[in-house]
Amino acid sequence: MPEKGTAANSSMSMIQALNSALDTMLGQDPDTLIFGQDIGYFGGVFRVTEGLQAKHGAKRCFDAPIAESAIIGAAIGMAAYGLRPVVEIQFADYILPAFDQLVSEAARLRYRSGGQFWAPITVRTPYGGGIFGGQTHSQSPEALFAHVTGLKTVIPSNPYDAKGLLIASIEDEDPVIFLEPKRIYNGPFDGRPDVALKSWAGHPLAEVPAGHYTVPLGQAAIRREGNDVTVLAYGTMVHVAAAGIEQSGIDAELIDLRSIVPLDIETIVESVKKTGRCVILHEATRFSGFGAELSALVQERCFYHLEAPIERVCGWDTPYPHAFEWDYFPGPGRLAAALARVMEPA
Amino acid sequence: MPFRGFELHIPAPERRPGERPSFDHLKIPPAGATPRPSPSTPAHELRELPYGLARVLDDAGNAVGPWKPDIDPETLRRGLKAMLLTRIFDERLFRAHRQGKTSFYMKSTGEEAVSTAQSLLLGASDMCFPTYRVLGWLMARDYPLTDLVNQIYSNARDPLRGRQLPILYSARDYGFYSISGNLGTRFAHAVGWAMASAYRGDSNIALGYIGEGSTAEGDFHETLTFASVYHAPCILCITNNQWAISSYSGIAGADETTFAAKAIGYGLPGLRVDGNDFLAVWAATQWSIERAQAGLGATLIEFFTYRMEGHSTSDDPTRYRPSDEPVEWPLGDPIERLRQHLTLIAEWDDARHAALVADLSEQVSAAVKDAEAVGTLGKSKPPVTEMFEGVFSRPDWRLIEQRREAGAE
Ligand SMILES: Cc1ncc(C[n+]2csc(CCOP(=O)(O)OP(=O)(O)O)c2C)c(N)n1
Repeated sequence: MPEKGTAANSSMSMIQALNSALDTMLGQDPDTLIFGQDIGYFGGVFRVTEGLQAKHGAKRCFDAPIAESAIIGAAIGMAAYGLRPVVEIQFADYILPAFDQLVSEAARLRYRSGGQFWAPITVRTPYGGGIFGGQTHSQSPEALFAHVTGLKTVIPSNPYDAKGLLIASIEDEDPVIFLEPKRIYNGPFDGRPDVALKSWAGHPLAEVPAGHYTVPLGQAAIRREGNDVTVLAYGTMVHVAAAGIEQSGIDAELIDLRSIVPLDIETIVESVKKTGRCVILHEATRFSGFGAELSALVQERCFYHLEAPIERVCGWDTPYPHAFEWDYFPGPGRLAAALARVMEPA
Repeated sequence: MPFRGFELHIPAPERRPGERPSFDHLKIPPAGATPRPSPSTPAHELRELPYGLARVLDDAGNAVGPWKPDIDPETLRRGLKAMLLTRIFDERLFRAHRQGKTSFYMKSTGEEAVSTAQSLLLGASDMCFPTYRVLGWLMARDYPLTDLVNQIYSNARDPLRGRQLPILYSARDYGFYSISGNLGTRFAHAVGWAMASAYRGDSNIALGYIGEGSTAEGDFHETLTFASVYHAPCILCITNNQWAISSYSGIAGADETTFAAKAIGYGLPGLRVDGNDFLAVWAATQWSIERAQAGLGATLIEFFTYRMEGHSTSDDPTRYRPSDEPVEWPLGDPIERLRQHLTLIAEWDDARHAALVADLSEQVSAAVKDAEAVGTLGKSKPPVTEMFEGVFSRPDWRLIEQRREAGAE
């Protein structure tokens, strides 16, 4: 069980929960500081850092030049000195100029220096589609990071986890890529664009404690118990999966991975051994997506329990296409169809 | 004073919302004051130039000083028309976004002189590597308005087949390279294009654009090294519109030096130019073309201008700058300044201006109407098969299978 915060809970959107996590850490640890494009006075293009500069001062929360490589590179230098920098990359699509800093530096500093230097940075960045953002405001690059050993990759699916996982990430001794599913910043979008979006208000996982608490990295959550098939998802897709399962009428178990590195392999294996079937849902393109790793792991560890081939429901292997947002986005209908396929008698 | 340790400096702009705007910190020399050395001057003799500000039009609308270009009134009227068309189009399509007809829009209001003058001056086989704020380039070359709107609506007639975000155009036949949402990367393509032109012994020039905020990217600096090392025949333009979303230019280093002065470290000439002065833009670009043609390679130009509107349809600039800052901008509105000049030299008048505005508004309305007859975003789109085209030169088995799975055959 996650540690509970002390002060009273209140209902928060994911944006407010993330803001609360940053506020908590800035308040309790003078070594924590945050910077990124437009995050200071303005409070960030998604308003996650709103009010933090006014409250904690410009030295703790400031605007950065449009230089992703230097944002992450400088954060590594600060972290090596002993600070706890939390940086924002405005969209995950724009982390790529910093890829060398992540792959060759953040992920390897501890290893190559024999433990003399390390980089406990947290890189927050909104990712994912469903917002008509076109090719460079919609991508889901989690597999790129998961492939780089030495980096942790965390993806919350609700306000409670967002705060607890972000605090855990900041306190973690390793570099963490913290991917924020922007489509669910303001409400649990379930992949049906024709249905009016509900806000987080009233959602049980939007009850967020005011103070410090953590959700440990590497612990998946079972969002729905079921017996017939295991669905693996994270981020926005947890809500899409719930809708797809409901649509299918199949008794599926839904696992929210919460972090893909570290990965809670026990929970996955235990579930698939129980259900004998597995469907993986992610927004990212399919080929060499994180679903490929999950599929391989399940096959390696649960082969003799499997009653049907593992299915992956993913974004198509194309760039994210503006006009075809909902043709591309793997919605509940595609998941329901996959669930029906794996349930067909052999 | 005993040394007490360092202090972390965090820059901040002079004024914020609720305060009176001020541009007192800007040192703006009068029109005509910045010298114009010969374009064949060696770069090391040009090291003061990036700290000046090449200006031609004075406050009364006279063209004065060494940068005054040789340009006929008909060309000036074409420039005025292209700028006006850009402004009218921007306003109309921004409104279309507010009406829910598309997902996104960005205006170039206040910056129209840069792209229109350069588009008119460069040749048909030269290539510009645009940012999202140089629509004027296409307007000056009479790109079909309906195609612009079709692209913005991602409809069945979208020339980019529904694949790209609104306004991230591509128009090869108009000397307009493909835009993408990630900043800075195409600056290097401009240099590569120019190197290819030189490699082949051609006479084509490349023109790259980058925002002042984006000069912080590594791509900007690496590109300047290439441009310098290979004497690439290109014009590298920084549009300094003072703001990068909510970040004032000081976050990109403007409090420490000028953007044009970045050229010095690379051994390139750097010009700093009044970007709201159509004639100055023209003259500086002409100077850079002559320099490239003399075999002296690249020029870096900072166009000093101002983003009069929000960053995009997702932005509200009154959250981070005084709401009346745009009207206080000391270098005025490029359209009004060219209009004033043309009127002063008796080549334009209010009646002609009003007639032109009416005509261009009519053209824009007609284009919007035509595009809306095809459909707005979500109401019309290219066939879903288009989603799977153009990933590779020919789709591989994955795409063929997925196209089938998507029911798009
Ligand atoms: C690599 C990258 N980082 C961040 C962004 C997000 N972003 C889009 S526009 C913008 C500001 C650009 O400012 P500037 O270069 O000054 O151009 P302007 O918009 O003022 O014309 C930012 C930060 C991006 N598109 N690409």
